Amino acid sequence: MRFFEYESRAIVAKAGIPVTRHGFATTVAEVSELAEQIAGPVVIKSQVLSGGRMKAGGVQFADTPAEAAGHAEQVLKLEIGGQMPRGVLVDSRAAVRHEYYAGVVWDGIRKLPVMLFSDMGGIDIEEVAEQQPEHVARAHFSTLRPFSEWQAKQVIASLGISGTVLGRLTPILTRLARLFLAYDMTLAEINPLGELEDGSVVALDAHMDMENEARPRQRELLQELGVGDEETRQAREPTPFELAGEEVDAQDHRGVAGNVTEFDGNLGLVIGAGGGSLTLFDAVRAHGGNPANYCEIGGNPSVRKACGLAKLVLGKPGVDKIAVMMSIVSNTRVDIVARGVIKACLELGLDPAEKIAIFRIPGAWEEEGFKILERYGVEYADRSVSLHEAARRAVEKIQGGELAGAR
Amino acid sequence: MSEALFIDVRVDEPTSGDPGLAAKLEEVCPVDIFRAGPEGVEIVRENLDECVLCELCINAVPAGTIRVIKLYAPGEELRA
Repeated sequence: MRFFEYESRAIVAKAGIPVTRHGFATTVAEVSELAEQIAGPVVIKSQVLSGGRMKAGGVQFADTPAEAAGHAEQVLKLEIGGQMPRGVLVDSRAAVRHEYYAGVVWDGIRKLPVMLFSDMGGIDIEEVAEQQPEHVARAHFSTLRPFSEWQAKQVIASLGISGTVLGRLTPILTRLARLFLAYDMTLAEINPLGELEDGSVVALDAHMDMENEARPRQRELLQELGVGDEETRQAREPTPFELAGEEVDAQDHRGVAGNVTEFDGNLGLVIGAGGGSLTLFDAVRAHGGNPANYCEIGGNPSVRKACGLAKLVLGKPGVDKIAVMMSIVSNTRVDIVARGVIKACLELGLDPAEKIAIFRIPGAWEEEGFKILERYGVEYADRSVSLHEAARRAVEKIQGGELAGAR
Repeated sequence: MSEALFIDVRVDEPTSGDPGLAAKLEEVCPVDIFRAGPEGVEIVRENLDECVLCELCINAVPAGTIRVIKLYAPGEELRA
């Protein structure tokens, strides 16, 4: 889940990282009051959960409280990336000598957090990493062992930074790494991290993303920030299709058949099994397929739930076929899922043999499941067929149909 | 949900009116296929396809009382 910048600043400050004087406001009067308190030049920053604020006019500079109020009037009404701002951040404009970048991000391949540091802050770090990689330092670290200052110092010093600045940057990066671990973040970023004219180092902007599954155990932090349970904080609002997926999953307590994300392809996916969904989604894409959705099934959903999910996917405009695929299952029954997806086809008046491009779920009760699939003429595969091969077959089938349709 | 496609359950006629048997079946079925009604065992047809073939119903009542029929596999059924 994403945090607004004003919340990210609060998290950073809570971790002991210095921040510029700032405040959050939802009205022009509050902006004026904050600007008065800051008593100097300020920056008015729109609080939306999307990028591109500067380009969209969501960041404005003001020298006086009156000017700040004028900008706030516009920024508070400005839609950015389809979102209206929650408010604005009123930030004191600091005299910056140098801008750095400091971040910690979860590396899904190494399955470890990685600390990133650059002496070229204030701009897109991906761009720096691509064009001037010698200006980006990085180091993975353990989620189990305590993070030490020495590790942060190594990263910073590897860019040739030494002396007082090294001494001031080190505790900031150390605290950033520790807050990343303590609050189950997937991204904790300070960009820019400013060295001011007086030599102090402060966070001028911050961006935090927390692992969604960590919400229950981070309840205290979320309460402190005023984040309600109802706030999904996804990059975008869920679509009606995705909301319908949530309803399917909420039908009963048995298993999972949901976590649906909408895409615009023609191959509907009914997929799952502990990371299998992501692998399968990628496999479909790798073979040139266009998924209509992402979803997750597992934990032995009821027939009703599997049917509900398959009906939802089959009913999505543009979906030609569905692929029903999982890795080898032990806690989900093959026959139950088979019943669900076939029932979905029949209830929609569709031929399962035609609409199910492939059924590749080997595992518990597969013999029974295969009997059902044979009865309805559905192509299925056992564990001797890899996930990638199953995805390839599904893509081939749908593309074959496209070619036939084009002729 | 429409009519069952995969599973049918038959209860032996002479004993289906037994209230004790009906209560027992209602208790043991994990997917609520049986209900104890005023006239004995009632089959909740919308739950038939949820049957997990656990045989708890078959084992809870006298032999020959319950038959669980796999509609997708002609000739295959579960019975005591």
